[in-house]
Parts: sequence; structure tokens; C-alpha cells
Amino acid sequence: MAGQTLYDKLWSSHLVQSRDDGTALIYIDRQLLHEVTSPQAFEGLRLANRQPWRLDANIATADHNVPTTLKERAAGIAGISDDVSRIQVQTLDDNTRSFGIEAFGIGDVRQGIVHVVGPEQGATLPGMTVVCGDSHTATHGAFGALAHGIGTSEVEHVLATQCLIQRKMKNMQVRVEGKLGQGVTAKDIVLAVIGRIGTAGGTGYAMEFAGSAIRDLSMEGRMTICNMAIEAGARVGLVGVDQTTIDYIKGRPFAPSEEHWDAAVSSWRHLVSDDDAHFDHIVELKAEELEPQVTWGTSPEMVTGVYGEVPDPAAIDDETAQRGVIRALEYMGLKAGQKITDIKLDRVFIGSCTNSRIEDLREAAKVARGRRVAKSIKQAMVVPGSGLVKRQAEAEGLDKIFLDAGFEWREPGCSMCLAMNADKLGAGEHCASTSNRNFEGRQGYGGRTHLVSPAMAAAAAIAGHFVDVREYDPRPDMAKSA
Amino acid sequence: MEKFIRKLGLVAPLDRANVDTDLIIPKQFLKSIKRTGFGPNLFDELRYLDEGYPGQDCSNRPVNPEFVLNQPRYEGASVLLARKNFGCGSSREHAPWALEDFGFRVIIAPSFADIFFNNAFKNGLLLITLDEQTVDRLFKEVEATPGYKLDVDLIGQTITTPSGEQIAFEVDPFRKHCLENGLDDIGITLENAAAIQHFEQRHKAENPWLFRG
Repeated sequence: MAGQTLYDKLWSSHLVQSRDDGTALIYIDRQLLHEVTSPQAFEGLRLANRQPWRLDANIATADHNVPTTLKERAAGIAGISDDVSRIQVQTLDDNTRSFGIEAFGIGDVRQGIVHVVGPEQGATLPGMTVVCGDSHTATHGAFGALAHGIGTSEVEHVLATQCLIQRKMKNMQVRVEGKLGQGVTAKDIVLAVIGRIGTAGGTGYAMEFAGSAIRDLSMEGRMTICNMAIEAGARVGLVGVDQTTIDYIKGRPFAPSEEHWDAAVSSWRHLVSDDDAHFDHIVELKAEELEPQVTWGTSPEMVTGVYGEVPDPAAIDDETAQRGVIRALEYMGLKAGQKITDIKLDRVFIGSCTNSRIEDLREAAKVARGRRVAKSIKQAMVVPGSGLVKRQAEAEGLDKIFLDAGFEWREPGCSMCLAMNADKLGAGEHCASTSNRNFEGRQGYGGRTHLVSPAMAAAAAIAGHFVDVREYDPRPDMAKSA
Repeated sequence: MEKFIRKLGLVAPLDRANVDTDLIIPKQFLKSIKRTGFGPNLFDELRYLDEGYPGQDCSNRPVNPEFVLNQPRYEGASVLLARKNFGCGSSREHAPWALEDFGFRVIIAPSFADIFFNNAFKNGLLLITLDEQTVDRLFKEVEATPGYKLDVDLIGQTITTPSGEQIAFEVDPFRKHCLENGLDDIGITLENAAAIQHFEQRHKAENPWLFRG
């Protein structure tokens, strides 16, 4: 018998019941809640007179709508000036209070983007099933946890039953072997994968990332990659457990206590795919061949290397694909054959559940240090993923580096990744963004998003257009002051 | 959830691949704490020529006459014909809520994004996956025939075109059962509460660190 994949193991260890029709009841260990996709779920519980099955499995924080200026944050929820946003954040606060669910409110240093907060608190552990009403829940798969985004009806279902009705997915392995070049990051790996297989390439699969280039990544890099599995269509991203995983978890508030630590670690060590496991599909990339990636279109699969060009629709055979590219170029205001490095930028956004952790901010700060944001850039903002990331960055002096360079330094939240708060693009503006989606209107009505790594975003802010970050080494004269 | 058994519906063609959930319902409308009222903002950025905001009266907004759902011949459509990877992107259930609120009950496409697919069935929408050639042919027929309606029969799992052609489709038996009977699946799951409790006890004994208190 062939061995098991990591996904197979996680599936079978949470299987409550298999049914004849091919569906199964899967037990959920952790649910993360935020203000946008939970109000109707709590309302559903109330209407049906149901109680949450297990309170301690849930953690909540407000992130999508929260303002990121200190001024608006100072007065807590009451200070949120947008009435509709304030009601939604208040509703989460009311619901978690009345049901007794642990929540990190907007005045709490632990508040932040739900996919930054979970791992940071040790609330995401290997071997868990993790769900959240947000598609970027795939992030948590970096820990060898089975994690995926769900809709609001399923949020309610998990609150009421601690289970989900699921069908088993197929297994895909994305193997990245070799060493990444300097200046090439986890973000570039995942963008290249999406460029290769397309935004529907992973539909129906759990996508495990493996190979030496993945093993060499920190937990934060692995989170960036799993985070964007959904942009390749896969609800689930995964990385097997190793010492890097275990070291990251130790000592975090929700991590196993001393009493259980050794037993937990020894069970986590099995959370890897067996050598003879069968994958339904395998994709291979060579790390050495990757260069910094930039998206030019309105789907994450519309991506190329920094020295690439905007494609010519005339060269595309498939009619639907061709129409898609024509429409994307029209929306983006770009011409076929235009060099990526010639795209002029208006704003720069460093943040989101993809790239707002401390290492992301360090990478961006390395480029920004001792330099100035180009005059042609209207706004360059850095939005830490959580209050704790912000605090750590400030302890390292990163805030000062950004502020001196002309970046804005904000309070934690989802911010301009999806522009539900006041942070948004104007119509026609081009933005270098470390977020995950370049869909039409995503960062603001008529806004034009280009997805890049944090270092590439910082370099673009300095230059005013895309440049190869590998030409932006830390300045030798600045190295000593680091 | 409203039952779905059979529906004879006018078909509107949305000829665009990778329609994402931001396009189906833009983020500013996700601030609502209700499940209803999203219909007027379905495809907001395609439908109107201005930027929409929550709580606005949409009846006076400038509409984009080019957009398919604004064309008089598709008024009252309840079947949406779409291209591959429909519903990609976020997990927002506001997308199926908006489609349903607008009046759609059936969406036909060569493929759907996973999370959207799940969410849609939980809200009384029937999603039908047909091969690309068939979908392509339906697009041509719909565009060539004003008033083109499809008769969608969930029980028999067939679609009948105006010319009488029958096209069979697959549907997950559990989802079919829930749609036919308008069932809320929380109730169905709770019938297995004992099995869940039994699993939970064993799981806790094996992994005590996953439980606090």
C-alpha cells in the first residue's frame, strides 16, 4: 500500500463520520472569527436558539474594516468614523462578549489580521484543522495544519457543531528545489507557481509545497506561500512539519504547556508526507531560475519577471483567454510589449495577511534604509499585521527607517489589501502592493494593483516605478548602523 | 433555504472567464450585518458607471448599457450562463447572497471555484458544471435567440433547451437532497451529535494540548 500524504493524514485524523454519498463529517479544532463573515452566523445561531459547541475552539479579532490611523484608533470602536464599519466591528464585539468567545479587540496589542494573529499566538498548531470565514485561511497550512476558508453558513455550522461537511480533495505537490537567488523571496515562488498553473490550476486539490527551497524558508515565508494557494484555486496549502515549525511554536501563549510539549512534538513529527505517498499531480520549479515577480493584469496568474513585458493579446490563441488579456490591459492602462520596469506607480502598500509579518517589514526596511520615497509617489504605506508585529518593528527601529524614508507607519489591519476601510486607491492609480489579489477594483474603485514582494515594493517606492530589487543591496555605508 | 425542484428560466450570458467574488459583490457592501439586500449591488462595478456605496438608492444611478444584465432582453433572468472558474477569490458568502437576491437560481459554467461552489448550494442556488464545448454552444444559442429559456430539472438532472434537446448534469447527492427539501445542514449534522461527542473525547485524550480548559 502506498504511503499517505500529509493531507491524507490530517483528513483521517479528523474524520468523524464517512457517508455513503461520499461526504464526510470532519472535526474542526480551531475557528478564527472576524467582523465581516461572522455577524450573519451569530444571528443564525440566535434565530435557531443554538449555542456554540465548544467555546475554547474559537478566537476572534477585527481586521478587515478597522481604521489604520492612530487618530481614528485612539477612541476604540466608538472612534471609527465610517458608520457601517463601526456597526460591524461593534457587532463582533457584542457577539463574542455575549457568547463568551475570546476576542482581541482593537485596543488590544494582540489585535491584527486574523492570519497573522493565529500563528503569532500559537493558536495555529500542527495537526489541527483550522477554519475561518476568509479564503486566506490557507495560510495556516504552513504549520502542517489542515486549514481552509469557509463561507458564513459554514462559520455557523462550525460554531454549532464543531464540524464541517466535506468531500476529500485530491493531492497536489508543488516541489521547489534549489536555492533562491538573493532578493528572490517566498512571494516570488508563489507568484511563479500561480503564473505556471493558473488561478484554477489547484481547484479541487490540497496543495502541498515541498522541496529544498521550501525547507529553507522560515515559517513566515512558508505562510506567505500557503496564503496564496487559494490564488491558484487550492483551498488548502500545506507544508510538512520540521524543526523550523517546532521552534516557531515554542513558548507562544496558546502553544502546548510544558506538561504536554514533548508528547505534542513527537506527534507533530509524523506530520509529513510519506516518501512513497501518491500525489495526483506534481508541479516542479527550480529555485535558481526564479526572478522577482510582478503582476501586470487583473488576475494573479497575469504575472511575469521584473525584466518581463506586458504580453501581446494577438499572440494568444484561446479566444476567451485573449479577450481576458485585452480587457485586463484596458483596465490596467497598459500596452502590449510595455516593459514592467516602465510601469509608473502612484502608491505603494506594504501589508496584508500575505506580507505584513516582522520578516517582511525587515526586508522592506533593508531597502528603504537611508533612501527616500520618489516624489512622484503620492503615498507609500506600511501596515503591520498585528499590534505585536508593530511593537517588535518599533523595538528594532524599523518604524523610524520607514518614516525617515517618507513611508507612512500605520496601525494593524487588512487596510488597502481590500480597501474596506479608508485606505484605498483612486481610479486609475497604479499601486505596488504586497497583498494577494489584483482583481478589478480590489484596492479601490478603478485602482490598478501590481502584486510584488515586500522588498520589491520598497524598491518601487524609492524608484517611482518597478526596479529589480537585486540592484538595491543594503548600502555598505549603512551596514554598520544596522 | 428555498427549495429547488424545477425551474424554467430566462438565461443571461456572462461571457468572461475567472469572474471573481470582488466582481460579483465589491467589498464596500460586505459591511452589512444582514444576509439580504445585496441584489441591487450584484456586479456593481460592471452594472453602473459610478462607484457604489452601501445603503444607497441604486434606482437613480447611471447604468452601463453595455453590461449584459442591463439589456432589456435579459430582464428577469434566473439562469446565469458563465465561463470557467466562476466565483474565484474570496470566501464571501455575500456573492451567492447577491446572486440569489437578484433573482438567479441556476448558474451554468465549465468550472467553479471551490469555496463559492460550497457557499452557493447552502443558499438554494443550483450550480451546474458542463463541459466547455456544451457551454460554448449554449452561449451561441442564447445570444442568437431572444427569450432563450432553459428548463432545469433537478430531480431528473436534466436541462432542456428551447429546441427540446436534453442535457444531463451531475449533482452531488447530498447537495441535491438538501436543495430538493430546502434543508439547513446544521440540523442534519446535529442528528450525529453523539458521534461528534465520541470523536471529540478520543481526540482530546490523544491531543490534550488542543483543548483549553
